[in-house]
Amino acid sequence: MEQYVIIGNGVAAVSCIEGIRSVDTESPITVLAAEPHPTYCRPLISYYLEGKTTVERMVYRKKSFYEENHVTVRYGVTAHKIEIHTHEVFLEDGESVPYTKLCIAAGSSPFVPPMKGLEKVEKQFRFQTLDDALALEQALTPDAKVLIVGAGLIGLKCAEGIHGRVASITVCDLAPRILSSIFDDLCAARMQAHLEQHGISFLLNDTVTEFKGQTAVMKSGAKVDFDILVAAVGVRANIGLVKAAGGNCNRGIVVDARCATSMPDVYAAGDCTEGYDLTIGANRVLALLPNANMQGYCAGQNMAGKAAAFDKGIPMNSIGFFGLHAMTAGTYFSEQEGGVCYEECDDKHIKRIYTKDDHMTGFLLIGDVEKAGIYTAMIRNRTPLYSVTYDALQKDPSFASFSAEKRGQIFGGVV
Amino acid sequence: MQVSKMKRVYVNEQWCLGCHLCEYNCAFANSGKPDMAVALKGKIIYPRIRVEQDGQITYAVNCRHCTDPICVKSCIAGAISKDADGVVRIDQEKCVGCMTCVLVCPYGAVAPNENGVMQKCELCLQNSCGEPACVKGCPNRAIVYEERG
Repeated sequence: MEQYVIIGNGVAAVSCIEGIRSVDTESPITVLAAEPHPTYCRPLISYYLEGKTTVERMVYRKKSFYEENHVTVRYGVTAHKIEIHTHEVFLEDGESVPYTKLCIAAGSSPFVPPMKGLEKVEKQFRFQTLDDALALEQALTPDAKVLIVGAGLIGLKCAEGIHGRVASITVCDLAPRILSSIFDDLCAARMQAHLEQHGISFLLNDTVTEFKGQTAVMKSGAKVDFDILVAAVGVRANIGLVKAAGGNCNRGIVVDARCATSMPDVYAAGDCTEGYDLTIGANRVLALLPNANMQGYCAGQNMAGKAAAFDKGIPMNSIGFFGLHAMTAGTYFSEQEGGVCYEECDDKHIKRIYTKDDHMTGFLLIGDVEKAGIYTAMIRNRTPLYSVTYDALQKDPSFASFSAEKRGQIFGGVV
Repeated sequence: MQVSKMKRVYVNEQWCLGCHLCEYNCAFANSGKPDMAVALKGKIIYPRIRVEQDGQITYAVNCRHCTDPICVKSCIAGAISKDADGVVRIDQEKCVGCMTCVLVCPYGAVAPNENGVMQKCELCLQNSCGEPACVKGCPNRAIVYEERG
């Protein structure tokens, strides 16, 4: 009989439970959940503010999930220390929770760089958790001016979520373009223009040097008056517990293809980890919900004694603003790095597909995103370009560009 | 939930005429309307099966109800599930239209409906057709509904 403990109660924790239960239906599972809620869909907090979902519908699994899976959830409990020699997790009050197999699914935390005068800003919010969104919602008024620091995924989805509920939204970022971690200059400029058409203002290449009451003084000299501040600069993997216990960490907790950490009987999954990205052939933090799900399941199966591997992690994002959709995946290698870029660009669409060494490594799409998953699978499966009619495939993602045999396997067989 | 034994829709491309009737039958079956002309005439249709063609090749694409579906794992709203009967279903009430399923479906078999909510083939089990409408109406029996694998 095992004694499973999971630190965290996000998507990775849920799929870890599902992974364990696919092998071991008996042994007890305890979840240590810092937040007071059953697992909800974090990326949906902006859709909640936009009115596209409700707190009830945002739950990740149905109400009976924990009970059906014989899971004990301890809400509002924070793990303080891991003792790997005695196989114990210590809580803040000193209570010991013993484990035989442990999974760290502790997620990430907002990172807010020091900004002069920030502590005196009264209405300031983060935008990561459901409680963050509910607190922000309380402060929204039709005449409020909002300043969002950070033009990444979190900052911009926040902007879309509160658009129409406030008077104005200004977004600033130190980077010269929006969504700088997933977009190139061309795509960023297109999406920025689209957001500006909807009334969002940008201050890029710029940063707050000081808050003076309800005015942000920018490095450029610009002054931005605001009523509400949202700090969405970035997130950092929660590695503290593992680092303190002597486990191997870089920017995230280092895991192998089995989602095992460097410590015996300790696994990790989700945004707190640094896993293998097959498009660069090295580890990196891939803080994405699909990867959290797949890592969690893999960790769970291994914890329960069934050999499983997750070795198909890639960066990928599907993100839309005000009806204009974008999808990105993989890595965009430059010409100097041996990459080749196929490009289509017109008023409505942008398509850039990157290939290297006879494989697709990444793509950016804006506008027409239909059937993009065929490209994503090319990257994930490392499908050699010689096995398809690539000239046609780059124009149109279709199985007409694959062999008749391949089509027969997919549409005439079980996949 | 890993289920492989189930009836699925299969397409034999050698018999597919490329007539697109499956698309119309699908859109009608899922329209909830009693009359095909009322349901489809003059409208852009959003079928859950799509005929692809390129020169001599024509074949129809719909959800494969994968044994290990990546759309289920990737859905950021927890809106897609593979149920005990093996059918992969989208809870359209939970879907927020983020299109992550479009980004990951290896077969290009998921797409938005006219309201931006995701939809795909659910084997006509939840409409009044009783069996997949694409299969029922295929004039050359290129599309079949059976258990394989």
